[in-house]
Amino acid sequence: MNEEVKLMKGNEAIAHAAIRYGADGYFGYPITPQSEILETLEAEMPWETTGMVVLQAESEVAAINMVYAGAACGKAVMTSSSSPGVSLKQEGISFIAASELPALIVNVMRGGPGLGTIHPSQADYFQATKGGGHGDYHLIVLAPSSVQEMADFVTLGFDLAFKYRTPAMILADGIVGQMMEKVVLPPARPRRTAEQLAKQCPWAITGKPASRKQNIITSLELDTSVMEENNNRFQRTYRLIEQNEARCEEYMTEDAEYLFVAFGSIARICKKVIEEMRQQGIKVGLLRPITLWPFPVEAVERVSQQVKGMLVVELNAGQMIEDVKLASQCRIPTYHFGRLGGIVPNPQEVADAFIKFFPDSKQ
Amino acid sequence: MKEEIIIAGFGGQGVLSMGKILAYAALMDNLEVTWMPSYGPEQRGGTANVTVILSDQPISSPVLDTYDTAVILNQQSLDKFESKVKPGGTLIYDSYGIHKAPSRTDINIYRIDAMEATFEMNNAKTYNMIVLGSLLKIKGLVPVESVIKGLKKTLPERHHHLIPINEDAITRGMNLVK
Repeated sequence: MNEEVKLMKGNEAIAHAAIRYGADGYFGYPITPQSEILETLEAEMPWETTGMVVLQAESEVAAINMVYAGAACGKAVMTSSSSPGVSLKQEGISFIAASELPALIVNVMRGGPGLGTIHPSQADYFQATKGGGHGDYHLIVLAPSSVQEMADFVTLGFDLAFKYRTPAMILADGIVGQMMEKVVLPPARPRRTAEQLAKQCPWAITGKPASRKQNIITSLELDTSVMEENNNRFQRTYRLIEQNEARCEEYMTEDAEYLFVAFGSIARICKKVIEEMRQQGIKVGLLRPITLWPFPVEAVERVSQQVKGMLVVELNAGQMIEDVKLASQCRIPTYHFGRLGGIVPNPQEVADAFIKFFPDSKQ
Repeated sequence: MKEEIIIAGFGGQGVLSMGKILAYAALMDNLEVTWMPSYGPEQRGGTANVTVILSDQPISSPVLDTYDTAVILNQQSLDKFESKVKPGGTLIYDSYGIHKAPSRTDINIYRIDAMEATFEMNNAKTYNMIVLGSLLKIKGLVPVESVIKGLKKTLPERHHHLIPINEDAITRGMNLVK
């Protein structure tokens, strides 16, 4: 096992982690601020070592459909893009979800809507957590806040995707994609053999032997009663994921009187604000959802019963705050602070916003 | 120990690389480190800056509003960051192209003539290493040996013959500090 500490960008960490996971294929198309994922994979040339396929497709739409096909064969396959490119992928993602296939999709968000800017944003929260494409489906959504988590969530994302046969998404932003930090990469493991794959994925398209019926992968069903039963099955899986997989980090919540709720890199900015406010005697903590779907409802509900107010800080106009309010049943004052279009607030701005909303906290 | 540093100048001056080399040196010293670049279109010809944080504790925010140390390599960056240095902090600037010198009295200001030293070395690519030398002389932060160790580790073998030139540039930068 190689426990060496490395220094690299979050995007690079994703690429290295994918090779080490034993991923079978990556299909993507370049877009700032995540192009280092594809660049690093091309530079590492894993097709000569693990046999992993790395392909720059002709478009984002082609890339996600290559993922769809690879996943149908039981392969551990992934794609990555940034906001406008992820919008293009939504049809394919819906098809993958409806076909109950595992896949990993990385979105390193940038300022939108439209082509927007290339600077950090979190404005795709709704898209990632509420569906994105058409139909009643969910992605498991992981929100890394460090380069270490960029690496770790490749493993976690693939593992969860295969466990529940549902696509998972790493929802990062330009900060965590572009920054360099120390990282310990996961241990390298070989890709699964054909036998291991067939055992893990009996549903996969691997060539029909005489011993079993054919496997059919499709999202099309013309019989409405069958389609309703399919949907019920999807929903049972989602309930199971909600029960088992909600994750969050709590920072200084034990004695907190006020709470920041933030995800991804913005949670790090909030931690800095907390360090400084604690020195002034303001008892404030942080709840950082790690899974955005399933949302850590229980944790938010529990902590919200203990604090006087919450400030949700996001790089958007107010998206996750809806889930925070639902989880806490609007029991306490809950406000939002965000910057838009690619602007990242500095710690002082966040602190000022907090004091504006909670002037009594200073006593 | 915790040091929050901004390095700012024109794109192409080696601002991001200098931060990267400092970050690798910190890695060699087992410090925690974050390196956060301005990666926008300004990187391609306009102003570029990078925030480097070194600490013996885990680092919270990679994004800052004030800095312990600012290394400033052009006028726009001076205008932008002089006010962002914490009182008692350090501002290091290259006089080349600066028409309005910093005026704060509550911070330690060092003027270094790194561009001139670069002309003397007759190698424009050594500029950022000269500046790094000055920074290390003024602030300590990491030993020069760690910088060299970091360079050896990160540069491909075929570039290792350039390490002595960089070492020389660091020394020149150190000697610029009076």
